[in-house]
Amino acid sequence: MRARSIRSLARVGSGHLGGCLSAIEVLTTLYFGVMRVDPTNPQWPDRDRFVASKGHVGPALYPVLAEKGFFPMEWLDELDQPGGRLTKHVDRFKVPGVDLSAGCLGQGISVAVGMAAAGKLDRKDYHVFALLSDGELDSGQVWESAMSASKYQLDNLTAIVDRNGLQLDGWTDEAERIMPLEPLADKWRAFGWEVRDVDGHSIEQLLPALREPSAEGKPVCIIARTVKGRGVSFMENRKEWHHRSISAEEAEKALAEVLGRENE
Amino acid sequence: MMLTMVATQPVYSEVLLDLAKRDSRIVTVDADLMRSVGSGAMALELPERSFQMGVAEQNMIGFSAGLASCGKVPFAHTFGVFSSRRACDQLTISVAFNQLNVKVVGGQAGLTAALNGATHQSLEDVAIVRAIPGMTIVEPCDILELRQAIAAVAEFVGPVYLRMPKVLPMLLGSEGYQFKMGSIRLLRDGRDLTFVTSGVMAAYTMDAVEKLDAEGVSARVLNASTLKPLDRDALLNAARDTGAVVTVENHNICGGLGGAVTELLSGTLPTPVVRVGIQDTFGATGELSYLVERFGLTPDDIVAAARRALSLKAGAPRAA
Repeated sequence: MRARSIRSLARVGSGHLGGCLSAIEVLTTLYFGVMRVDPTNPQWPDRDRFVASKGHVGPALYPVLAEKGFFPMEWLDELDQPGGRLTKHVDRFKVPGVDLSAGCLGQGISVAVGMAAAGKLDRKDYHVFALLSDGELDSGQVWESAMSASKYQLDNLTAIVDRNGLQLDGWTDEAERIMPLEPLADKWRAFGWEVRDVDGHSIEQLLPALREPSAEGKPVCIIARTVKGRGVSFMENRKEWHHRSISAEEAEKALAEVLGRENE
Repeated sequence: MMLTMVATQPVYSEVLLDLAKRDSRIVTVDADLMRSVGSGAMALELPERSFQMGVAEQNMIGFSAGLASCGKVPFAHTFGVFSSRRACDQLTISVAFNQLNVKVVGGQAGLTAALNGATHQSLEDVAIVRAIPGMTIVEPCDILELRQAIAAVAEFVGPVYLRMPKVLPMLLGSEGYQFKMGSIRLLRDGRDLTFVTSGVMAAYTMDAVEKLDAEGVSARVLNASTLKPLDRDALLNAARDTGAVVTVENHNICGGLGGAVTELLSGTLPTPVVRVGIQDTFGATGELSYLVERFGLTPDDIVAAARRALSLKAGAPRAA
């Protein structure tokens, strides 16, 4: 998945590579170990929903959706091509399996809360998952939505924070201190959520955290501790790789590292 | 003579509850203004379908988008200033870009917010929402039309901004009228010039028309009950038939009804258009009657605008 994501972004020449590579395990675990979806019927009303509140995660999501069978793997070659189906910010009208078009940070989580409330109202048992970036948590709307999810006891909602510590202008809490978020788990708890702090690159840790329902009847926040640019030594923990261009040589080097690691 | 104005909110509350009893998809979402804009009746009688988000309009609009994506028909309520300004990005991306069936009610439209003052008077909401692709804007001009419009908005598939004045007259024009989404409302036929009105200004315009009658000027009055998309055919016919247009709106003349009518005519059938409305300033505190005087929206102001339009039509120097 990691290699496919790099390949499609390398073909475009730029993108949010860092924040895509940090989310690979989360997305793979969701679609292959947790979510109830039917690739032959993407609009199935009883499906679990996934909202990419960090809408720029498209290039990491698409290899997962393609592998799951939502669309042919060849579509990955079309990323960000004029008139192409796959765009770096997810689009529900173009990509089967995408439940919400997104891109403007802070918004997706509110929509996910509304989806979860509708599920409760209809007595349906689907679950709603939303993936947020940590930089996105600067936005006030996220906390408005957190309050409302807790008010309506939406235990059919899971928010996953891709806690890679870096946003476009730098580190959230260290160095640049763009907008310090810690103590992050305490914040979510104070807003009425059950919090699970896990290694976001460990499928062993992600699987139970994403699967187990809340014991307290609360919405669940998973703080997935991740590394921006994970898997590529020269990208890891480097803010430049939040969004930048990638040369053919860089892509080749990155792929060699990623594929080398996968073969270990 | 000016008609008596009636508060819209109690009517809205009751009509929406009636509709919701018959259509289980209808739900309401509020931002701590239920007693001013929303449906308290829904909250009392169908509490499970009434969501209260508190003073958090951005979340309210996003939340509504989520409900709509799962088949609900949410009506989200707040003052027009907040639904258009504060939640603009959410309305644009979460709702319109996703083509979700959310009904946003912008209450206390324009100067009808009256004593709440400039901060609460939505004089730019039509301009903002009109620039969002895929949005439909509806603004009724009397209570009869309000009742019909709520039902039509609920039935319509697609995002709608229902601009609701705080007060409206009971009835303008014929009792037999039936609101139709996308259609203009003919309030009065005439041949010398056309008034295009919206919302509460239709009543003031009907007063102006009586004064013009006394001068022997025959005016057509069209209410743009659907502000977007405008009823193109009705407007082009009126411009062709009468040759002069006056727009009258409870909104900034930039980007609202006057802007929309001018845009439509200028590229198709250039016609003199005089715009009556708030002249690109903020509102003020006062009763509606005071504000209408202060901002130049009285029947006499409307008559003066009609005279300007008629002189332009007659070929008066354009730099009048």
